[in-house]
Amino acid sequence: MATIEHRPASGGIGESVLRKEDAKLIVGQGRFVDDLVLPGMLHAAFARSPFGHARITGVDRSAALALPGVAAVLTADELGIAGGVPCASNPTGDTRQPRQPLLAEGIVRYCGEPVVMVIATNRYTARDAADAIVIDYEPLPAVVDGRKALAPDAPLVHGQYPDNLCCTLRHETDGFEEAFAAAPHVVRSANFNQRITPVSMETRGVVADWVRASGEVTLYTSTQVPHFVRTFVAVINETSESKVRVVTPDVGGGFGAKLNTYREEYLACAASKIVGAPVKWIEDRSESHNATIHGRDQHQQYEAAVEADGKIRALRFRAVQNNGAYLQLLTPSISHLTVFMVPGPYAIENISIEVRQAFTNTTPTDAYRGAGRPEATHGLERLVDEIADELGLDPADVRRRNFIEEFPYTTSVGLSYDSGDYGTALDRALELACYDTFEERRAEARGRGRYRGIGLSSYVEVCGLAPSAVTKAIGISAPGWESSTVRMHPFGKVTVITGSSPHGQGHATSWSQIVATELGVPFDDVEVIHGDTAFAPYGLGTYGSRSLAVAGAALYRSVQKVKEKGRAIAAHELECSVDDLEWADGRWSVKGSPERGATIQGLATSAWVAANLPPGLEPGMEATTFHDPPNFTFPFGTHVCEVEIDPETGRVEVVGYVAVDDCGNVINPMIVEGQVHGGVIQSIAQAIFEETVYAEDGQLRTPTLVEYQVPSAADLPRITSDRTVTPSPVNPLGTKGIGEAGTIAACPAVVNAAVDALSVLGIRHLEMPMQPHRVWEAIRNANPTGAAR
Amino acid sequence: MIPTKTAYTRPESIEEALATLADGARPIAGGMSLIPMMKLRLASPASLVDLSGLAELTGIAMDGSDLVIGAMTRHREVAGSALVRAQAGALADAAAGIGSPAVRNRGTIGGSLAQSDPHGDLPAVLLALGGSVEVRGASGSRTIAAADLAVGFLTTTLAADEMIVAVRLPGGAGRSAYAKFHRRAIDWSIVGAAAVIRGTTTTVALTGMAAVAVRATGFEVIVNAGGSLEEAARHAGDGTRPAEGLDGSAEYKRHLAGVLARRATEAALAR
Repeated sequence: MATIEHRPASGGIGESVLRKEDAKLIVGQGRFVDDLVLPGMLHAAFARSPFGHARITGVDRSAALALPGVAAVLTADELGIAGGVPCASNPTGDTRQPRQPLLAEGIVRYCGEPVVMVIATNRYTARDAADAIVIDYEPLPAVVDGRKALAPDAPLVHGQYPDNLCCTLRHETDGFEEAFAAAPHVVRSANFNQRITPVSMETRGVVADWVRASGEVTLYTSTQVPHFVRTFVAVINETSESKVRVVTPDVGGGFGAKLNTYREEYLACAASKIVGAPVKWIEDRSESHNATIHGRDQHQQYEAAVEADGKIRALRFRAVQNNGAYLQLLTPSISHLTVFMVPGPYAIENISIEVRQAFTNTTPTDAYRGAGRPEATHGLERLVDEIADELGLDPADVRRRNFIEEFPYTTSVGLSYDSGDYGTALDRALELACYDTFEERRAEARGRGRYRGIGLSSYVEVCGLAPSAVTKAIGISAPGWESSTVRMHPFGKVTVITGSSPHGQGHATSWSQIVATELGVPFDDVEVIHGDTAFAPYGLGTYGSRSLAVAGAALYRSVQKVKEKGRAIAAHELECSVDDLEWADGRWSVKGSPERGATIQGLATSAWVAANLPPGLEPGMEATTFHDPPNFTFPFGTHVCEVEIDPETGRVEVVGYVAVDDCGNVINPMIVEGQVHGGVIQSIAQAIFEETVYAEDGQLRTPTLVEYQVPSAADLPRITSDRTVTPSPVNPLGTKGIGEAGTIAACPAVVNAAVDALSVLGIRHLEMPMQPHRVWEAIRNANPTGAAR
Repeated sequence: MIPTKTAYTRPESIEEALATLADGARPIAGGMSLIPMMKLRLASPASLVDLSGLAELTGIAMDGSDLVIGAMTRHREVAGSALVRAQAGALADAAAGIGSPAVRNRGTIGGSLAQSDPHGDLPAVLLALGGSVEVRGASGSRTIAAADLAVGFLTTTLAADEMIVAVRLPGGAGRSAYAKFHRRAIDWSIVGAAAVIRGTTTTVALTGMAAVAVRATGFEVIVNAGGSLEEAARHAGDGTRPAEGLDGSAEYKRHLAGVLARRATEAALAR
């Protein structure tokens, strides 16, 4: 468990250094998009569809245009932009990619789709004007459930696709049916991994400044991927990539929802060009529930052929993924990540997978913390518990018997797990959770009228996205490398520029720790900058638990380049061979004569003075690296949850939580623990509280934080977090990524615990979220006489 | 989340406030309900009169045998008052459980009663305790009994130019308690129950079972006839038709009404 050092001894790798980015955020000196004010800036608001599916039969803008302060009221016609919001994912080669226009063109396909954009002198006037626009709609039949969308005669979301099918992902190993038929038991399991809404503290927002005289465009945007945004703005807004500068200031959370480009980014640029002034749009909280992507929404069916000892011989997985009305940046790839994780940490050699992706009249789904992997883990870990239940086995034993034990291991879906030690993490989690004495706690709770249960979840995830050849092979038209620049200043201070622009992860601290250790300079001498395409090398961004494994490796390699340049200068100054030098504590010194040496800071000064450099060596002490990872990383772990259920109200309360994660080597244990805590509570939230609900006609029934139940600290448990350490062999730091582990692991641990608690009543399954009324109804249905009170 | 344009005044005397109300302003107390409604444009008052400058509307004191609480007294002060705890345990319970600490620091007893949200806790507490509100308006003062205050969803018998100035709870209220059920700590109650025991008579009022707080007459009849709490609990929701929604079915809510009526009564008995 992490201990916090208030003043680091060295600020090096492995210390729980306080985050250097926090002081300004805590005292209100952070700079978010909404803090930006440009001269002459105007404000945008949108009239959005109140219908899930409707034909637009008329737009009357006159009342809006009559309001003082309204500069423009724009529909798709005025924009004249042919392109649509891009999707960079085509996993099947024939994935249907409907055009997503920037403003609706004749038809709206989900509640909240923008129809008219208003530009006004302030935000209030813009909102008033948007409300004053009269749009005539002719409502059309809607479909919001992915399974129903794929049924015959469903309303069509896009008329050109007669079955609402986006694509079908298929994979089956040779001889699957024979292997399936050969095992003595078949265990079936079905789950709905419900739709949830990313809720970051900072909603999305943009300020676009299109300078007509020069053609230069500056777009300030709250995003995880500033370089992607720049590339696509250049394409969609039809200008040169070199004319576009994207700036990402402080970002208050993204959780994958900002791993995207959105209509409003392109629209603000277009509007700024039209009105000749900077345009700001800040998404309001209710707007965010409709206008920003949702996550999950996958119906799953599992069939496992198993031996009497619980060993899984073959696994059949069928799922329907609800993609929503349009495709965002990576929509079709999210359930593809589910496919990759179907076998999880288990040696399941025979597998058959089919995932059908459906269009519906709902907000598009895309990456939300975990992105396809929580869905896979939840279904699989529920299945493993159902296998244990049907065969009368201990769930921990079933997991152990199926774990992959020899590495590297090529899974039945083709991933190569390079390393792992799943049994050790499981054993540690059970020990910390006092698994052996659980029945005593169950009995004690029963004496208080409560049902207590315990649940496990073992997982492996695929992180460190991604080798560029692999992203291409799986149909993603973007690479997976990352960049870094290490720049030493004349007096030896260091600036790091990272291509991986963070939104709360603590890159500045972790990156400084890496430099402090590897370059031997003080932690406080390192500054980390990011998120401005004008000065940062192209970077792919922060998502998929990739930053430390990919951008960290890029940083490590730049540091080594700087260090080696210092070595060449030191050898020249000390009049020896580079091979005679050794590195220790930030100095190159002559082997055997440690007093003859030079610090890296001094060598940086020499590189700047440049009066006595080795022949042919360039002045300056700076290096840039573009690092393409050779493989993914595969973090893993086991989580154990205990819940108590009040049978009178149906409330499920998490009363104990143990997380044992293996993310390889750790740079800052406190940051790792914070990521685990955040991920776990986001996943407990999905298990018990959060659900995005649509009415049949496409109305969003959870449009505010009253209906959409994000829990607070008062609703959540204390979390015990521990780690095992199995360094990744694919990067020089041995790191893997920890940002999504909690969201991947926790849901099934919580649901397994609740099902275990109620198994005495004959309950075998609970759907998420396990809201009180649902759990009460399950108890009542299992026990209609009410004897369970 | 962008309200419409609104005028705003913050008077320093009740007379000034009443004059502003008579001009059509809407009173704002803690703003814990009204501000979110304005941000969602569910309410668009042309002008607001902020009552927070009226010192005479705050405070908790005995008036003879009655407990009198100023309308602008914040939930946090009510929850922390030894006087309230001793005289009206159900009110102390309810005030301590409203929303989050931030909401309890801002929200007021009078504002909450005037808002009359069916899932707000205080109307049921006032009803069970047999309390009343003291009201002032352009045409003078009057007292409205709890049962006569709320008439529908977010609707009371207060005239547009009237405001609550104090809440009055009768002395000798006996032992009382409030039990509620909500999903998250910060949420409105799905269902709540206020139980008051005076001598051998138990009175229970329910939150969340109708557009306004209602008495749990089915429960009361059985308990007051000497029946068991378990038996009474099965009838706590008799005759109610609570709204069905994402927070549960009517059947679930009637069940909860019984559980909470029983729990509140048990808690009151234990006091």
